[in-house]
Amino acid sequence: MTGLVLLIPVALGLGLLGLAGFFWSVKNGQFDDADGAALRILIDDEDQP
Amino acid sequence: MNAASILKPSAVLMQSDFSVPAMRCAGCISKLERGLSQQPGIANARVNFTAKRVSISHLPELTVPQLVAAIAETGFEAQAITDQQGDPAVAEAHQLLKAMAVAGFAMMNIMLLSVSVWSGATGVTRDLFHWLSAMIALPTVIYAGQPFFRSAWSALRKRRTNMDVPISIGVSITTMLSLYETFNHGQHAYFDGVVMLLFFLLTGRWLDAVMRDRARDGVSALLKQTAAGAMVLRADGKTEWVDGSALVPGMEMIIAAGERLAADGIVTKGKSSFDLSLLTGESAAQSVNMGDVVHAGTLNIDAPVTVRVTASGPDTAIADIARLMEQAGQSKSVYVRIADRAARFYAPAVHTLALTSFAGWMIAGAGWHESLLIAVAVLIITCPCALGLAVPAAQIVVAGALMRAGILVKDGSALERLAEVDLAMFDKTGTLTRGRPEPVNLDQADATQKSVLLALARASRHPLSEAIRRALEAEGVVAADIDTVREVAGSGIYGSFNGINVSLGRPEVEISHEGMASQLQIGVQPPFAVHFADMMRPHAEETVAGLKEMGITSAILSGDRAVSVAPVARTLGLTAQTSMLPQDKLDAIARQKAAGFKVLMVGDGLNDGPALAAGYASMAPASASDAGQQAADVVFMGDSLAPVAIAIRAAQRTQRIVRQNFVMAIGYNAIAVPLAIGGYVTPLIAAAAMSGSSLIVVANALRLRSAAR
Repeated sequence: MTGLVLLIPVALGLGLLGLAGFFWSVKNGQFDDADGAALRILIDDEDQP
Repeated sequence: MNAASILKPSAVLMQSDFSVPAMRCAGCISKLERGLSQQPGIANARVNFTAKRVSISHLPELTVPQLVAAIAETGFEAQAITDQQGDPAVAEAHQLLKAMAVAGFAMMNIMLLSVSVWSGATGVTRDLFHWLSAMIALPTVIYAGQPFFRSAWSALRKRRTNMDVPISIGVSITTMLSLYETFNHGQHAYFDGVVMLLFFLLTGRWLDAVMRDRARDGVSALLKQTAAGAMVLRADGKTEWVDGSALVPGMEMIIAAGERLAADGIVTKGKSSFDLSLLTGESAAQSVNMGDVVHAGTLNIDAPVTVRVTASGPDTAIADIARLMEQAGQSKSVYVRIADRAARFYAPAVHTLALTSFAGWMIAGAGWHESLLIAVAVLIITCPCALGLAVPAAQIVVAGALMRAGILVKDGSALERLAEVDLAMFDKTGTLTRGRPEPVNLDQADATQKSVLLALARASRHPLSEAIRRALEAEGVVAADIDTVREVAGSGIYGSFNGINVSLGRPEVEISHEGMASQLQIGVQPPFAVHFADMMRPHAEETVAGLKEMGITSAILSGDRAVSVAPVARTLGLTAQTSMLPQDKLDAIARQKAAGFKVLMVGDGLNDGPALAAGYASMAPASASDAGQQAADVVFMGDSLAPVAIAIRAAQRTQRIVRQNFVMAIGYNAIAVPLAIGGYVTPLIAAAAMSGSSLIVVANALRLRSAAR
């Protein structure tokens, strides 16, 4: 029972952290171009001189 | 432009967005972004591939046409799009996404706690977990439930009911009862069920909103293409640029070749030919002389003319069409989505069932507390959770499949209407045909003639010259070296090739050939006449045959003259009505509608706008005028006409899947309802029934992924 006192807040806190992260990424446009993000991996980086 | 090439770090940058529909691959992204950021005056370019857009930050000196030219240099056609900041639809999708995330987070955590309650926690532990669940669920319901509460309230105020009414009532009663149970150390609390219900329903809503957003990105944000203004000749002989809205009757406009008219008027000086296709759908250019009436939106092709304005702004023929369109579109908003139609029957049934169970148990002497618990269990079990997903899940899958095939669907209701059409009306110019003249006999020209042709055609922006240039460039012809090229308006292009005079222009003798022609003259050699025709779109015949197979009759509604429509109608074996004004097309559709047909209108021109808006469903090619694209439910890319049949077939399959989904969702709940009425339902059973039916519905919808093939 004492373990719960620690574990439940930890579980909730981690969940809230994830939610906050999700809100942040929506606000920053991470989900605006899902198809483009999948393609950008194929683009070679510009050759450094 | 050179001055702008050195970017000062302090320079204030402007942001402009462009739609680039042709981007298809990773290569296009890098070509656009790198190509653009190397151009003078452009600081940075960022592609949004999903929306097929590029956003450019640039110096304020650069104008929109300059930026379009810069994009053209990287090999893409682009159109400017208006700023979408503060668009309510975008805000709505974001709001739904946030509500969904909150509900999802709450659902996961409450489930975590509920598992221990389900597996037999009792006494203090159970109470603690119920309290924790309540603490998570209450703010969640208040935040994530808002879209439903608001919609239900507005429906009730109008004395109607929709899907959101049973949802709102179910959610709020269940939450309150669960709270009461928690206070009194009760055995069952339904916080998990409530939050799960919200999560699944929000997912459905969000999918619906995403679908609308995507299509809008592709279509409706294009700037209006009507002429922005005109060069006006003032009384003192000077000219000045006057904005379209400031033009008044009596002004004299000077219209250069290649310019679009900004107002209706009468030609007072000069002689030219006008392309009226935007207004009438007629493919061949019409010659105009002094005293002829010309309309806003038409294109001057040959030579400069002076036009005295007779009507401008809201009085022009083009504005009349816009008004017709608006009126015609109003009938479409009456359409009731299939989900709402289902809710009309389902919502009263659910309420009656819950109320009857409550009354029944009261009469049986169960006491109000237990009766209410059972009634709530019935509400939760029957609440249209999977029903909320049934339609949007299927529609978003099919819209994605169609989008990959180059077909943009504006919203879910478009798919529903498209599946029901039983009569297809096609416009001719630009819809059955490509809507632009194309040379048909270039293969008869020899290599020298071709290279001279290309060199001369490149020097002009006349539509026929551009058609020759496109065709020859596609063939890989190298242009000849020609000196002293000059264009004489209304006559042709002249130059000298190895000391020989060459020209490309209007044939001296009228050549008896249907359609247009121009003539290449090299020195004293016999002239070579290039014939042009408005080519039929590929797959037109298969499409008409495919529609027939589905039991859809096709017909042609054209603004063009009978002579030009006849060959197309004959090839396709269709009946045709010709020389129709926009109002005539509208009337034709209204007649068929009155006869009980559900008309699909396929058209592209501004003259089709009212008909597109009036049709039960409508489609337009991506080459269509803005008005056409705005009014159409579905826009398809490319030259082929095949998307018309593909889209209808996919829409019909979607409708079948949606019906299956309804049956499965309701059937699944129906099994659990007797348990609920009997009082045997626990939160565990409710949660299992809900998630199970939702998963089945989504899995069934995924079968539509191949629908566009």
